[in-house]
This record gives sequence, C-alpha cells and structure tokens, in this order.
Amino acid sequence: MAAGVAAWLPFARAAAIGWMPVANLPMPVAPAEKNKRQDEMIILNVSGRRFETWRNTLDRYPDTLLGSSEKEFFYNEDTKEYFFDRDPDVFRSVLNFYRTGKLHYPRYECISSYDEELAFFGIISEIIGDCCYEEYKDRKRENAERLMDDQEDNKDAKPPNMTFREAMWRAFENPHTSTMALVFYYVTGFFIAVSVITNVVETVPCGSSPNQKEVPCGERYTVAFFCMDTACVMIFTVEYLMRLFAAPSRYRFMRSVMSIIDVVAILPYYIGLVMTDNEDVSGAFVTLRVFRVFRIFKFSRHSQGLRILGYTLKSCASELGFLLFSLTMAIIIFATVMFYAEKGSSSSKFTSIPASFWYTIVTMTTLGYGDMVPKTIAGKIFGSICSLSGVLVIALPVPVIVSNFSRIYHQNQRTDKRRAQKKARLARIRIAKQGTSNAFLDSKKNGLFNEALEFTVSPEEQHLRKTTSLLENQHHHLLHCLEKTTVSVVLKQLVNHEFVDEQYYQQSYLEAGLQTYPSRSPSLSSRDGATGTCCTRRSKNRHAPLQNASGPPHMEPLTHQRGLQELSTIHILPLSTSRSSLNEPASLNCRITTAIISIPTPPETTPEGDAHLPTGPAHQNVVKVSAL
Amino acid sequence: SRVTFSFLSVRYRPERLDHLEQKTNFSKKELQVLYRGFKNECPSGVVNEETFKSIYSQFFPHGDSSMYAHFLFEAFDTRNNGSVSFEDFVVSLSIILRGSITDKLNWAFNLYDLNKDGCITREEMTDIMHSIYDMMGKYTYPCIGDNAPMEHVDNFFQKMDKNNDGVVTIEEFLETCQRDESIMQSMHMFDSVI
Repeated sequence: MAAGVAAWLPFARAAAIGWMPVANLPMPVAPAEKNKRQDEMIILNVSGRRFETWRNTLDRYPDTLLGSSEKEFFYNEDTKEYFFDRDPDVFRSVLNFYRTGKLHYPRYECISSYDEELAFFGIISEIIGDCCYEEYKDRKRENAERLMDDQEDNKDAKPPNMTFREAMWRAFENPHTSTMALVFYYVTGFFIAVSVITNVVETVPCGSSPNQKEVPCGERYTVAFFCMDTACVMIFTVEYLMRLFAAPSRYRFMRSVMSIIDVVAILPYYIGLVMTDNEDVSGAFVTLRVFRVFRIFKFSRHSQGLRILGYTLKSCASELGFLLFSLTMAIIIFATVMFYAEKGSSSSKFTSIPASFWYTIVTMTTLGYGDMVPKTIAGKIFGSICSLSGVLVIALPVPVIVSNFSRIYHQNQRTDKRRAQKKARLARIRIAKQGTSNAFLDSKKNGLFNEALEFTVSPEEQHLRKTTSLLENQHHHLLHCLEKTTVSVVLKQLVNHEFVDEQYYQQSYLEAGLQTYPSRSPSLSSRDGATGTCCTRRSKNRHAPLQNASGPPHMEPLTHQRGLQELSTIHILPLSTSRSSLNEPASLNCRITTAIISIPTPPETTPEGDAHLPTGPAHQNVVKVSAL
Repeated sequence: SRVTFSFLSVRYRPERLDHLEQKTNFSKKELQVLYRGFKNECPSGVVNEETFKSIYSQFFPHGDSSMYAHFLFEAFDTRNNGSVSFEDFVVSLSIILRGSITDKLNWAFNLYDLNKDGCITREEMTDIMHSIYDMMGKYTYPCIGDNAPMEHVDNFFQKMDKNNDGVVTIEEFLETCQRDESIMQSMHMFDSVI
C-alpha cells in the first residue's frame, strides 16, 4: 500500500457503513487502540542537519530502520533527538521516500555511497521509482564491471604453489609474467612473420636466366624455401603441442578458435609431406597451400588490437547480418532490373541475372570497374539509382560497428591504465602498513622505557611522549595482547612471540645460517647449540626495546658480524630476564645500560627505515638510569 | 470554499480550520491529520471520481471496488458537481464517525438511495449488493454463488420492507435497524476509527 494512501484508512473504514445495514452476521470487534499516540514530531539530526517529520510518516514502512524500533538505538536523551552520523545529502532521498513513497536516485551521488546509505537505513534498492531506476541500474552495472576488472587483475598475482603445467599455461597466456614467456612470445612472433614473408616472396618472380622465362623464386630456390618452411612448421608444431600439454582443459583448448587456426596453419605442410607427386592430387595440393596464409592470424595472439577487432565483429554480428541481408536484397532487385533493361541492347554483357550480380555489386559499393556498363537509357537510369542506393545501404550499419569498436577499445585501455594505477596504490598501501608496524614497534620500545623511567623523567616529558593518540595506544595494546597470547616454548622456557619488522625477519632468517656466536659466556654457548632461526630472531628482537636506536633500523647493525657478536655476547645474559626484571630497573638495567654505552658504533650505522627516536635523548635516558 | 484559477489548473482551498471545527465533530488536531493526508494525495484540493476510485481500490486488492467507490463518491459529493472537496469529505466523515446513530443510519440510507428520491427500490439495492460482492472478488471460501447477491437482496427486503410495497422508505429503514441488535452493535465500531 502506498504511503500516502495509508492516511486514507480512516475514510476506507468509514465507508464500511454501507455494509452494516445489509450484513447478515454481526461485525467483528474493532481493534482497540491503547494509548493512542498523538501525532508527534520527530527530530532527526543527521550530521548536524536537522530533519523534522511526523512520527506517522516514518511508521509507514515498519521494516526499515527509521520505521521500526531500531531507531531507538540512535536516540539521544539529552537533546531528545535521533542522531545519525551519516551523509545528510543522501538522507534527503531517504526521508523523501517516507514522505512520498517514491525513492529517487540523484545523479550526482556516487553509486556505492548511495548503496551504503540504503543498506544502513534498511531500504531495498528495488523500490527506486521508474524515473530513476534506469540510471541507477546503469551506474550499478558500470561499477560492477569495474570491480570485476580489478579482480581479473588479481590473477596476475602469482599463486604460490603451481604445478609445472599450470606455470607453463600461465606463461603462454600472459607473456609479461616472466622473462622466459616473453622470449617465447617474441620468438614465435618472429617466426610467424618469417613464415608469412616466405610465403609471399615465394611467388615473386626473381631473376630469369636468359634462355628461360621468368620463374618465381619459389621454384628457383626450392630447397631454401623448403627448409625455411620446415623450420617454421616445426616451431609451430612444437608450440601447439606445448600449449596442448599445458592447457587446463584440453578438449576446450582444441575447440578454441586460436588452436584451430594453429592446426590449419600447419596442416598443409604435413599433408604435402604425405602426398606423393601424383598429378591429379597436386592440383588439390596447390589449393591447400593457400591455407598457409592463415598463419597470419596467429598474430592475433600477439596483438591486442586484432583481438579487439575480432571481438567487435563478433559483438556486432547482428548489425553485420542486417547489412548483408539488405545488400543481398538490393543486389537481387537491381540485378533483375538491369538484366531486363539491357536485354534489348545488342552485344550486351548482361547475359543473365547472375551475370548482372557482378555489375550491381561493383556499382553499389561505388567501385565502378567499368567492365560492364549499361548502354540503354533505361539501363543507365537504373544504374544510377543503383549506385545512389548503394551508398545509403552501406553507410547505415557502419556507425554502429564503429561505436562498438570504440567502446571496447576504450574499455581495454582503461584496464591497462587501471593496472598501472593499482601498482602505485599497492605501493602506497605497503608504505602505510609499514608505518603502522613501525609505530607499534617504536611504541613498544617507548613504552618499556616509560615504565622503567617513570619516576626519573619529568612529568612534562612524560606527557609529551604519551600524546600518541588514544587510538594508537589502544591499537598497540591490542597487538601486545596478541603477542602475549601466542606462546612457544624455547629451551624449556615459555616465551611469547613478538611482531618484528619484515625486513628484519628476513635478514635474521638469512643470517641465522651464516652467523656463529663466539661463546663468551657459558649461557650463550649453551644457547648456541639449541638455537635455530627462531631463537636468533628472538634474541635479536630482545635487543630492540633496550637499544637506543630507532625501531627497525636498529636491526641494521646486526648485519655487521662483529657488531652482532658483541651485542649478543653482552646482552644475552641480562636479557634473559629483561622482561621480568622491569620491576626492578635499577640493578639489571644498570648493567645493561653501561654495556650499551660501551658500544657506540652499531646504533649509529645508518638505518634503512625511518629514525623514530634520535639517539641523543635515549642516551641521556640511559645515563640517568645508570646514575640511579 | 474559494476557487482559484491559475492558468488551467483549478485549486480549492478549504474553509478555515476553526469554521470546519464548528461544522464537524472533529477536534483541531484530528482535522489537521485528516487534511494532511487529503492534501498529500490530492494536492489540488479536490478529489475527482478517478482518484477516489484508485485510492479506494488500494484497500481492496482482491476484487473490483470501482462500483462501490462510485456509489460512495455519489454519497460524498453532496453538491453534485463531480468533485469532492475537503469540506464535503470531512463533513461526511464527521457524520459517519462522530454522528448519532440516527445520523449514521440516515447517511447509509442516502448511500443506498441512488437516485435520491427517498426510497430504495429493488434495482438500487441489487446494484449495491452486486458492488459489495464484487469487492470480494473470485477467490473466496466458500465460493460465492451467482445467486448470492439476489438472495441477499431478498433477505434485505424481507427484513426491511414492512408494508411489502417493493420499496424501503427511510422510516421503515430506521425502524428496522434500530430494532436490530447486531446492526446497532456494529454502528459503535466507528467510534474508534479516528
């Protein structure tokens, strides 16, 4: 029931008075309206813009957010209004839907933001009014295509575990994925070109000896051309077989157009090999050679433009069909007319209607070879009509084909552009993610410092350091909790995992195989035996909070063997209790900090990442602690 | 009500709210609610028969309510000018919903009396009955027989026509209805409509 009509319900119920006196049975009891609400105004505050409406208006659609009790979640007791933190412009359309019963889609609105608002307010998009429905559907389809294109680009990402066969197929289909594929691509392209050129040159008459008439090159240098042909066909055969092997669905591959072209291109050669020099058959054999020209179609794998052209023609099949049909009709009509018009004249070339077809076609396509011309006046008149109408009939479907081609071509260009943009976008995302993880690692370090040095650092400095936003703090706390949760047992001691920088992890993983630690302390040597990559990573990671260099870059010094050894030897012992000892900063940290000070060089090697904490103040802090 | 002509569209503006309040038994708030609904559906200020029928048909999707809506329209259109203004609408509603039993019955009689000659003939009642049964539509349980309207008309005349002269006058109508318990009971249904 439409919204406004609901307001007429009292009238409809009143109209029932016409039934009462004639009713045979008593009427049912009317539903009682307990505490009938007076029509009251509701204030909807959407991001500061206030909309006011009657409660009844919203009640018209009880299965939406505003019409049901769901809106109570957004009720603000203090201001006695419903507050929604959404876009007020789109909300206009939403509220108008309640008022008028019709949902409109404004053209200037982005389709996805509009969809989001509709989803939020619980309104299905099917009820968009007829006036705006087409526009909405068009935009939605465009958007879906865009998303689909993005997803298709994802298949460029190499899935990790591919079998050899899958890898080969991928190399064939997307030559730009690996160097080998590119090489293969260019080699086959080259050979296609060579083969086509050979076929062409074969027929050129080249140099005649004085006593013989001109022979085409093919007959003069038979052996050379035969070798060339053999080489090309061999390459094509190998390529076809490889593709057949790598195809995920061999049956489907064999049915596809490209493979048929491949087969047709190489078949004449093999047939020629098989056939003997039989005179009757050689005529047919010559015909077969014509099929060698199909090798040129193999280029469509190499050229996207060709593929687009083919796809355009396929999609314009109906227009082309119409063109062909109308042309055929016109040809038959005009040919008949011309035949009967020219029948009277002597020595007329228009001997039959099929013979006139040639004239009609040549005239309608405005070729006008002039081998057949009408001689009678009637013939000339009809001939001119024929040429005029030819121009019209051919010009009609051409714009449709052209516009189709243009649309498909631009779509393809858009895909390429988007692929490039996507690379840039992914790079930006990666940098941002790295920034976040760096911030986390830094805050960990800072946090530990803060816990240790609360009573030494002046309140203002503390406050300054703590002004990383509350959001960040909570996020870091969350990551902390995750670290504490994941626990592994190393050397019979429970240790929790920690987040580290990606670079650092890779480096440490690589170095684990290269490094050996000199044993300066027994505990270290005992660790050496048991240590694997996990341990080395952990031990290096433990350096992190207590070093005074910036977060990830402090891992850089560890690339220097010497630095690593020194650090590891000096720090391993105290670090075994570093976490638990934070409650007693004085004793252990003293030892640590003195050790830190004694190694000035490693922290100062240039870090790869950003320097979050300058070494200066850190040193100062360290000094303060040791002074304790 | 004032009629304003602007170019080709005619707009009616109803009388003032307080005048209407005096004329009818509705309160100001109720009139406001009624007018808002009225104006929303008919921005021009009057309802013509087509709109009337389309609005009414939305409440009865099963059958064909156009005939009954036509009779209703005739009853609402007290001035017989082919359109129902807000005053007509609200005055009639006031009678049906807030009037005395006698007023309601009078209104119903007026509805049945198609040619407004003061008595209901068999033909008129047959038309009314057919229109009511049309509203039910085909898909009912039990099925409505073809004779059902006629039987119903016979029932009605049997009950109402005391002197068996083939027509029902207003006095017969009022008398019979006031003696009928179930009819009296159902008249009270309108108390809670607004």
